[in-house]
Amino acid sequence: MILGGRDTDLVLLDENGIRCDGRKIDEPRKIMIKAGVLKNADGSAYIEFGDNKIVVGVFGPRDVHPKHLANTDTGILRCRYHMSPFSVEERKKPAPSRREIEISKVIKEALKPAVMLEQFPRTVVDIFIEVLQADGGSRCAALAAASVALADAGIPMRDMVSACAAGKVADTIVLDVNNEEDQAGQADMPVGYMPNMEKITLIQLDGVLTPEEYKKCVETAIGGCKLVYEIQKKALTDKYFSNGGNN
Amino acid sequence: MGNVSLIDQLKGQKIHDLLEQGKRVDGRSFDEPRQLTIETGVIPKAEGSARVHLGDTEVVTGIKVQLDRPFPDRGDNGIFICTAEILPLAHPDAEPGPPGEDVIELARVVDRGIRETGMVDLTQLVLEKDKTVIGIFADTSIIDHAGNLFDACSYATTAALLSTKIPKWEMQDDVPVKVEGQESDAPITTIPVSITMGRIGEHIIVDPNADEWSCLDARITITTNSDGNICALQKGGKDGFTIEQLVKCGEISVSVGAKIREILKETKGTSQ
Repeated sequence: MILGGRDTDLVLLDENGIRCDGRKIDEPRKIMIKAGVLKNADGSAYIEFGDNKIVVGVFGPRDVHPKHLANTDTGILRCRYHMSPFSVEERKKPAPSRREIEISKVIKEALKPAVMLEQFPRTVVDIFIEVLQADGGSRCAALAAASVALADAGIPMRDMVSACAAGKVADTIVLDVNNEEDQAGQADMPVGYMPNMEKITLIQLDGVLTPEEYKKCVETAIGGCKLVYEIQKKALTDKYFSNGGNN
Repeated sequence: MGNVSLIDQLKGQKIHDLLEQGKRVDGRSFDEPRQLTIETGVIPKAEGSARVHLGDTEVVTGIKVQLDRPFPDRGDNGIFICTAEILPLAHPDAEPGPPGEDVIELARVVDRGIRETGMVDLTQLVLEKDKTVIGIFADTSIIDHAGNLFDACSYATTAALLSTKIPKWEMQDDVPVKVEGQESDAPITTIPVSITMGRIGEHIIVDPNADEWSCLDARITITTNSDGNICALQKGGKDGFTIEQLVKCGEISVSVGAKIREILKETKGTSQ
């Protein structure tokens, strides 16, 4: 196998266009989001996205420690994406890996355009993401949940940030790549998207795409983001309207 | 990064005004990278090496090749590992110590470009399946930081790999023994080229210099292979892109990447 090349013996797409987990090519996994799941955090959310189980807590705007990080012009955003040691097949060492540090950074940058930090100079908004169980596409699930948690914290936002991946499996562009497809497929493209401002705030790619496939893949992922957006909105209305605004 | 100084704000305004007139602060066109010069073989003790100047940014990559154990889930593949370090002499803000998130992202983006294009055929680097494989370690030191480290490090790593000689090992009584005087080129399948573009307002500029870099709204690095396909991508920065801008960046990465690929090929006459 060539470096970066992928195994192809697993049947990823059968002759009826059904994927290894029974989904159609444009069908996302089952997604459930609940807003306001933590007592102490200013805002929080829990997401199940396929087999991903992720909880997010948001604190702030609050004083910055250490102080020298404070910015007199604007608030700052900090983000920690962390995987629990038991979240994956082989135990993961608890210390943050290089992968987790990178994901923390791209999630932070994906949320920054949406959060009106300029209204809170000298403060910080901290986002803590804990992946309790990981499946493919955990950064998208984490981003979608973090966005709901920020809204739940009542922090002014320009837009929600939705997230979903698309990828290439058995020479076909498919929505929401799962773990098996990520390992054995040909490409994986996580995308974060502000649905009302129509802006892509997170995009990465692993794998080979022609320029035409690249365009199609971005469009497919944005389609998925719009589906996730509806679920994000529902999570917030469920909390703030269905029970008469209690809690 | 801390607060923006008044000078930076004025510079940013100037850069922005010039872009509105269709000009860049250093006179380049929007899709024109800075001058790229590559020397290979600059560190004879390394199995491969390259020193790259991209405008005023300067980096050195050295490749060490040594035997190692394979990753448990990749027993039939050799190892490729990529790191980067911004040396304290490279910039007044650079400090010694463990790598921060920017440097970790940098090394992972360079690694991803090379890995996902399949540049090095790792299956040819196996001595004994699941036990002993050849490891290629590409370490890049940033010597002078003047913007767009992504492309400078990527070109240096690629050029160094193209110049790499792999020593020959043979298994004798279950022990790998180096055969002196025999070496071969690294098993190269394609030449990856990363193109980093910045967005300032509505303008997309290729290879932002240090001043432009400090006022980017968003950036994106796209790596293509020799077939002109897109293999790796990383968005960064404080704002986003529209889909039209992303498609345009894809096109730029293919066309400008093809020109850079010619320069990379020249650094090693025998490469494909």
